[in-house]
Amino acid sequence: MTRDEIRDGVFRALTQVAPEVDPARIKPNLRLRDQLDIDSMDLLNFVIGVHKEFKIEIPESDYPRLATLEGIIDYIARAQPPK
Amino acid sequence: MAEFVMPQLGADMSAGKLIQWRKRVGDRVQRGDIIADVETDKADIEVEVFSTGTIEKILIQPGEKVPVGTLMALIREEGKPAMAEALAIAKEMAAPPVPAVAPPAPPPRAAPTVAPTAVAAGAPRLHISPVARKLAADLGIDPATITGTGPGGRITFEDVQQAAQAQAAKAAPPPEMDRAARMRQAIGAAMARSKREIPHYYLSTTINMSRALAWLTQENLKRSVEDRLVYGVILVKAVALALREFPELNGFWVAGRPNPKPDIHVGVAISLRGGGLVAPAIHDTDRLSLGDLMKNFRDLIQRARAGSLRSSELSDPTITVTSLGEQGVEAVFGVIYPPQVALVGFGKIVERPWASEGQITVRSSLTATLSGDHRVSDGHRGGLFLAAVDRLLQEPSQL
Repeated sequence: MTRDEIRDGVFRALTQVAPEVDPARIKPNLRLRDQLDIDSMDLLNFVIGVHKEFKIEIPESDYPRLATLEGIIDYIARAQPPK
Repeated sequence: MAEFVMPQLGADMSAGKLIQWRKRVGDRVQRGDIIADVETDKADIEVEVFSTGTIEKILIQPGEKVPVGTLMALIREEGKPAMAEALAIAKEMAAPPVPAVAPPAPPPRAAPTVAPTAVAAGAPRLHISPVARKLAADLGIDPATITGTGPGGRITFEDVQQAAQAQAAKAAPPPEMDRAARMRQAIGAAMARSKREIPHYYLSTTINMSRALAWLTQENLKRSVEDRLVYGVILVKAVALALREFPELNGFWVAGRPNPKPDIHVGVAISLRGGGLVAPAIHDTDRLSLGDLMKNFRDLIQRARAGSLRSSELSDPTITVTSLGEQGVEAVFGVIYPPQVALVGFGKIVERPWASEGQITVRSSLTATLSGDHRVSDGHRGGLFLAAVDRLLQEPSQL
């Protein structure tokens, strides 16, 4: 899966939680919570969405690594099974 | 015959607009069925019915905006007579005709947009059906101001409804107001009423959350991602359990007296995307496991933001919990949502130096507050209540 494909999947999960979000306006290296009006319940729903989208387990201890868009894409890319 | 009326879905609602019926005349309905969708200033609501039977008559059409309490449909309850029979019985049982000397007029209300007085002073009697008279009384409309369209000028309940609609239309906000503006207006009206009528007192306490958070971390390791808990659920459950010990804080102030409720339905303040908030109930909060509470909480937030709350969720909260910790707020001193008599607020969890047994350590702590209604409780009981919340949070595995 390419980074662009991962990004698209992340946006799908994100807009499920916060439909008003315009993915084009998200700054990749800024914390999502500083850019978007999301709370811990939104974050949990987003993690559930990512889990379903990419079929990966995300332990709670890894949540800090999901703070930015780039961080999320990196995390998912590493969690993908090798081809 | 059961009446299905425009429900009051919170202190900030005075009227509602019917979006659609989900049932038709002749359909059987059961208590708890959603039979209509109603637009309020704050949200679109799925309205449940509180009777079991068959829909006998529908009186309000989609698009109509009517005041709270307006009769919208009649439901023939099982084992009860049909409408024609009911009306005949009602007629027989009706009070004697209005005496020739007109009774004192009720106090004037906002002038309805209705015809001039239909029955002149000194007229022999007011021709009005019993159900129309009851509806007029429920809605606070003087029947003498309504022109009857029934046989012989008799005032029918449709006439009363039209008068009520005209009154509501006159009182309604300008049509150009959008939902956000109407919501702000509705919240403002409810909060102004609260501050005007409720003698608030405010208390706060600092709670050590270290144990609760450590337990939560361990608990979430055992749970799948879909079943994980957020700390807000623990706070809500602790409040619900503490209310068992302080029932006076769980209920309403109605007709000049406290009305504590046996069931605990915690209303949780949910901010809506685009502004505003609602505080729907998690029913029987104290009896739910943390897992079920989390599931219901998630569902409630999603539906609140999607605009698909149910009427009972808005009318049933017996207390409100609000948390602004995630917005960086350290303490919330909230305004009680009438007719409730208490509100609990939580701030953000922060690490602070904590002195205990002669030693200073760093602990995660949060500020919990209580806004109480002095007509129902006092600071002594309120303080004990907050202490109970604290105590419960120190034993999270027992929640």
